[in-house]
Amino acid sequence: MIITVHHYLMLSIILFVIGAIGVVTRRNALIIFMSIELMLNAVNIAFLAFARWNLLIEGKMIVLFVLAVAAAEAAVGLGIIISIYRNRQTVYVDEMRLLKG
Amino acid sequence: METVLFYFLAAITVVSALLVITRANPISSALMLVVCFLATAGIFAMLGAMFIAVIQVLLYAGAIMVLFIFVIMLIQTDAGDLKRRAITFGKILGAVAAVYLAIILGIAAWRPPFIEAPQAGEAFLLPATMGSQLLTTYILPFEILSVLLLIAIVGAVVLAKKKI
Repeated sequence: MIITVHHYLMLSIILFVIGAIGVVTRRNALIIFMSIELMLNAVNIAFLAFARWNLLIEGKMIVLFVLAVAAAEAAVGLGIIISIYRNRQTVYVDEMRLLKG
Repeated sequence: METVLFYFLAAITVVSALLVITRANPISSALMLVVCFLATAGIFAMLGAMFIAVIQVLLYAGAIMVLFIFVIMLIQTDAGDLKRRAITFGKILGAVAAVYLAIILGIAAWRPPFIEAPQAGEAFLLPATMGSQLLTTYILPFEILSVLLLIAIVGAVVLAKKKI
């Protein structure tokens, strides 16, 4: 039995959907954030699978940029979570209902 | 051999991802996420992207997860005051919609040709190709990325600081 690009795509889809379920069902902002990282990872798998099967270097380059942007996003997102916690003493998103701080 | 390795890594990835979104304590979620990222690095290496795999371990499993665990430990007083989880109609609806998305995407992706990966040349596998591409074709995105990272550093400090 050979491994085709479809196997990698299915893995990517499953990981992406697990991340999406985490985003819609959890209330802890930190776990929502981790689920977003899972989704980014799933997209990277799809990019690299297509790069490998089409022998294109562009897929790898995009993954490199996605990784760097994810690092920047993690730093800023955790900064936002810390500042929300300082103002409201909570990380649960269902308690953050007011626009004024 | 390759098949066994793929299924092994894929199983670890999926199981640890499921554990990430089901654990109540964010610390155990974060540790499961590290396992997930390490297994994903193995998948990347199988796809012939050695450099990306190494970066994945260093950047994600190393730097970003340390940042996550720092923040969790900063803001969580103790495990006793974790909120109870409630199953609401909205959550079930969201989860069902996500599974539906998976089925639709799976059907869309499942089309021929079902072929093995083509033989990769030296140029595709070597990180040196990526390096030279980064400084020639992708020089503008590369420079914009460095500005973006600078903005992110300054932004994170400004957001997390008490008084500016």
